[in-house]
Amino acid sequence: MLLAVLSGFILAALAPWLTRSLQDKAGWVLALLPAGLFVYFLSWVPVVVAEGAQVVAYPWIPGLDISLTMLVDGLSLLFALLISGIGTFIIIYAGGYLHGHEYLPRFYAIMFSFMAAMLGVVLSNNLITLFVFWELTSITSYLLIGFHHEEKESRWYALQGLIVTVGGGLALLAGLIMLALAGGSFELHEILASEELRDYGFYAGMVILILLGTFTKSAQVPFHFWLPNAMAAPTPVSAFLHSATMVKAGVYLMARLNPGIGGTELWLYALGIFGALTMFTGSFMALRSTGLKAVLAYTTVMALGTLTMLIGIGTEQAIIAAMTFLLAHALYKAALFMLAGALDHETGTKDITRLGGLRQLMPITFITACVAALSLAGLPPLFGFIAKELMFEATLQAPLISTFTTVLAVVSAIMIVAMAAVFSLRPFLGPLKETPKKPHEAPLSMLIGPVVLAGLSLVFGLAGFLPATALVGPAVAAVHGAPLDFDLYLWHGINLPLMLSVLAVVAGLLLFWQWDRVLAVYRRMTFIDRFGPERGYEKLMDGLVWLAAWQTRLLQNGYMRNYLLTIVLTTVGLTGWTFFVHTGSSAPLGTIEFAVHEIVVAGLVVLGAIVASVTSSRLGAVATLGMVGFGIALLYVFFSAPDLGTTQIMVETLTVILLVLVLFRLPAFQNLSSAAARLRDAVVALSLGGLMTLLILAVNAVEVTDRISDQLVAWSYPEAHGRNIVNVILVDFRALDTLGEIFVVGLAAIGVYAMIRLRAEDRKK
Amino acid sequence: MSPEVALPVIIPFIAGALSLIFYKSHAAQRWIGVIGTGALLLASIVLLYNTYTQGILVMAMGNWPAPFGIVLVSDLLGAIMTVLAAIMGFGVALYSLPTISRDHEAFGYYPLTHLLLAGVCGAFLTGDVFNLYVWVEVLLVASFALLILGGERAQMEGAIKYVALNLLSSILLLVAVGLTYGLTGTLNMADLAVKLPQVEDQGMVTVVGMLYMVSFAIKAGAFPLFFWLPASYHTPPVAVSALFAGLLTKVGVYALFRFFTLLFNQDVDYTHEILLWMAGFSMITGVLGAAYHYEIRRILSFHIVSQIGYMIMGLALFTPLAIVGGVFYIMHHIIVKANLFLVAGAVYFMRGSYELKEIGGLWRTRPWLGLLFLIPALSLAGLPPLSGFFGKYIIIRAGVEAESWGIVAVALVVGLLTLYSMIKIWAEAFWKAQPEEHADRAAAFEKRLNDHSLMLMVIPILSLAAITVFIGLGAQPIYELADAAAEQLLDPSHYIRAVLGEAP
Repeated sequence: MLLAVLSGFILAALAPWLTRSLQDKAGWVLALLPAGLFVYFLSWVPVVVAEGAQVVAYPWIPGLDISLTMLVDGLSLLFALLISGIGTFIIIYAGGYLHGHEYLPRFYAIMFSFMAAMLGVVLSNNLITLFVFWELTSITSYLLIGFHHEEKESRWYALQGLIVTVGGGLALLAGLIMLALAGGSFELHEILASEELRDYGFYAGMVILILLGTFTKSAQVPFHFWLPNAMAAPTPVSAFLHSATMVKAGVYLMARLNPGIGGTELWLYALGIFGALTMFTGSFMALRSTGLKAVLAYTTVMALGTLTMLIGIGTEQAIIAAMTFLLAHALYKAALFMLAGALDHETGTKDITRLGGLRQLMPITFITACVAALSLAGLPPLFGFIAKELMFEATLQAPLISTFTTVLAVVSAIMIVAMAAVFSLRPFLGPLKETPKKPHEAPLSMLIGPVVLAGLSLVFGLAGFLPATALVGPAVAAVHGAPLDFDLYLWHGINLPLMLSVLAVVAGLLLFWQWDRVLAVYRRMTFIDRFGPERGYEKLMDGLVWLAAWQTRLLQNGYMRNYLLTIVLTTVGLTGWTFFVHTGSSAPLGTIEFAVHEIVVAGLVVLGAIVASVTSSRLGAVATLGMVGFGIALLYVFFSAPDLGTTQIMVETLTVILLVLVLFRLPAFQNLSSAAARLRDAVVALSLGGLMTLLILAVNAVEVTDRISDQLVAWSYPEAHGRNIVNVILVDFRALDTLGEIFVVGLAAIGVYAMIRLRAEDRKK
Repeated sequence: MSPEVALPVIIPFIAGALSLIFYKSHAAQRWIGVIGTGALLLASIVLLYNTYTQGILVMAMGNWPAPFGIVLVSDLLGAIMTVLAAIMGFGVALYSLPTISRDHEAFGYYPLTHLLLAGVCGAFLTGDVFNLYVWVEVLLVASFALLILGGERAQMEGAIKYVALNLLSSILLLVAVGLTYGLTGTLNMADLAVKLPQVEDQGMVTVVGMLYMVSFAIKAGAFPLFFWLPASYHTPPVAVSALFAGLLTKVGVYALFRFFTLLFNQDVDYTHEILLWMAGFSMITGVLGAAYHYEIRRILSFHIVSQIGYMIMGLALFTPLAIVGGVFYIMHHIIVKANLFLVAGAVYFMRGSYELKEIGGLWRTRPWLGLLFLIPALSLAGLPPLSGFFGKYIIIRAGVEAESWGIVAVALVVGLLTLYSMIKIWAEAFWKAQPEEHADRAAAFEKRLNDHSLMLMVIPILSLAAITVFIGLGAQPIYELADAAAEQLLDPSHYIRAVLGEAP
């Protein structure tokens, strides 16, 4: 099972090479993998039907509770079959659609990675592994959407999809971690068995975080805008993303978690209302679209909304409807997308208003499109009809939000019927229109998928027991938490759902008849583009760039004095505040006895410092700084550290000489800062100095009985054979420090030498 | 007594000294560069292995027993950091061969690099607070010299800010060391861990702790003290930038981890709360700075600030899992961040610019480089299954468990913004077509690039990318290592016993 999931990644690594060596047959040969996977997953169906869910364990990172354990039950199998089955046709199709394209090798590599990631999402039993695959689908789909990457629009839309889905993904990560904490495990089958999930203290927060993840991924309002924009991708990608993968991941996760965290009012309202709104938005936007792919993209939004709504309603009826709808949608949507691609590929345009009269030139495309579109519209005898009837039944019986969902469902259905008719009839009927390319029937590689999938829509519609027992039944059992006994068939007798269906069809056909006028009405409704959530996204991104620019110019402003000011103030603030709070005014400050000569020298040092910072004469500043240094040297001498004193005097002398030498090369002195700024600087400098003084006084008051220096003094002569304790410390006890400092001096020498010489050589050139 | 503890300091010292001896021979210096850093890598791996199998190792310098002399101590955190430093050193030594100009070689590039590594390793391994100050000085002066090597105007401007602000940090460190000695009468870290809790005025201990915190936070490039980093990191040759990006701030982070687990653990509610705020603001300000810029090296520099926030967050939460996350994050980050600079350098040698608006078209011509960029870039953004994801996951899980929602939210959003700027580099440098007006320069650079030097650049990039993938897919052993390191950090008695013996 693990190999089945990961085989996609392995093939992805080989795909570029295989594609090049197989040439024209690449699509057909590469499709053997998903086809094989399909058969493999099919072989699991009897097992799951007979014995229920299976858990196949593989270890990964046990320390972090991350495993590669797979959960095989009706739900994951349904998805795995869709992914591998539709994937097979997509791979074949891409071979025809992108025939001879220079990027076909890397396209296949990314496509197989994407497919494997998708399988991983639906089969993972471990929450973190699921998330790993989840994010992988985001990033691989980013690369797929941006396939035509030299077009700016492509890059922009790819980024949009990525930001929206990964952004939601991050919320999801937090939600999943909370879910694991609530359930006491990271393994789905254990979490879902837990009874305490709904009583978790942060239940609402957890659900909202998880839903942020699933709503963004599954393009629910208000995050739906990225999905139609993802049409920038080549058609095989769109077909795959929309029918069985990517966007269905969110639906999958909601269905998966439904038995564990569903069934609350929050769940019902969040999924029911947002789902219904999404369903309506999708149909509403589909009706105004004239691009082949755009129409389909918005009907995908509609389908995702429907599924979310049904999962939210969560009754037995709703779950059955959801799983049936899922299967029906995957079949017709993949077929329709591939047909749209075929039309585009063979005529050179995807604008419906520029297509017409193709029925004789592309007869197979025409017939297949009609069959698939009938399923989309929900007409008998297709599988889509069963799904739609079930959906109406579920919304009619929904708790609390029944009216709301039913009204929206019927309105959406009307618009979808219209668009199904537009899609399947407009390009084919009427007079033949001029197109950029001379149209002819698409090659076999591009037709086999749609024909088979549309055929399945028909077969499943006529023989509802087939999917009911093998596919939908086990999936419903997984989503509901327990098996349900039901059948799928076309004729339910004359009841309210049937009446609603008839209403939808009649009204929908009316809309179709008047579609050109509908478009004219839409054209006047410009507010959709001006105030839609996509504007929100753009505003957010603009705001981000603005904020980034503002804060960066504020912080990293390029002025050294501001940097120093900030750092010093932070130091004084943090340390001073801590000193104030933690020791208070009660801190015992040591008292120090002063002798007169000490006070005089200290006074000179202070005076020197003040003059150095006030004077406008450079020479004066250097001289007074020298005074500070020599004063400190004297203080060392007073406190019986003569070697320190001599060192200090040498350093000071050298510094003063060097400074004076440099002074004559500097430009004339200018006073650039205002009096206020200088005052501010003085206050800041004094605060740091004052803080240091306080700290030293406070530490001075601490009595320490056993300092290591006592032992060092004792060892100095007998052990280290030296009478000067300072020397012994420098060259023996702490010789490593000295060695390090020697290197510091050496390094400085190299640096200065290089700085001077390398520049000099520049100048020579 | 474990002499292997001293090797990671001695080897680069010797290599540095040898390079100085052969100052005139560039070929010899190149060989010493590769062999010296290679030996350092071997020695550090041996050290890590021994530390993992035998426990904390101690080497008393000059055979003066702790706490009276200076000891070098290798606990797991120190040994891990040393290995990472050695990996960086070796990788950058290879990368330097084709990318460092003759002028740089002539003026001490190699000896400076060796001594920088010695300083870094010394800082990771010392068990003495004053000795730590010395190593910090060594690496500061070495890095300063590397930074101004070349003497370009931009370099000078950046270097002045770099050295001035870092000297301020060093002064604060020195003051803190002095005050520590005044409070306790000792400088040995293990001894301090015993004596600091015995200080009567615990308030003063926290005060001194704050001085250390500020000093190390400047070194680490944390908010609001990071100014020196974005001001300077984009100015030197890219090999130097990579080395700095991988190592220098991490010394500050290492020191924070060391001091705020071993020494200043008395008032965790106060000190680590401050660290948590610092972490949050570092993440935000850093990532926004990166979002603003369009020069690859500047973008990457600001991301260092942001990523430092994640590491400090691990320390600040101060739960066992959070510390594990912090250590894991450091391991991941050093590899990834340095690698991104190396890739940026490769891009430069193909296009002649770091400005995103002037370059493009790399995905069309060099898809393999695109892949090698995506691995560290997506890892930096925390996308699975790469190393960064697991680091982030551990830290975020620790945050959720601690119910620190604010910082968790920040960490998640910053992850998204990190992705945003990585994708910005990707979309501009790789996806976008090469802009016409700069096509001539790009062509000129392409022409100059030969296969041999390209290979020398790609080997380290490829190796670091492989490590990134390995840390991700094979996270279990890395996790175990980080877990063991965190256990040592959270129970200072291991460290104290190893240094001072059974009865402290």
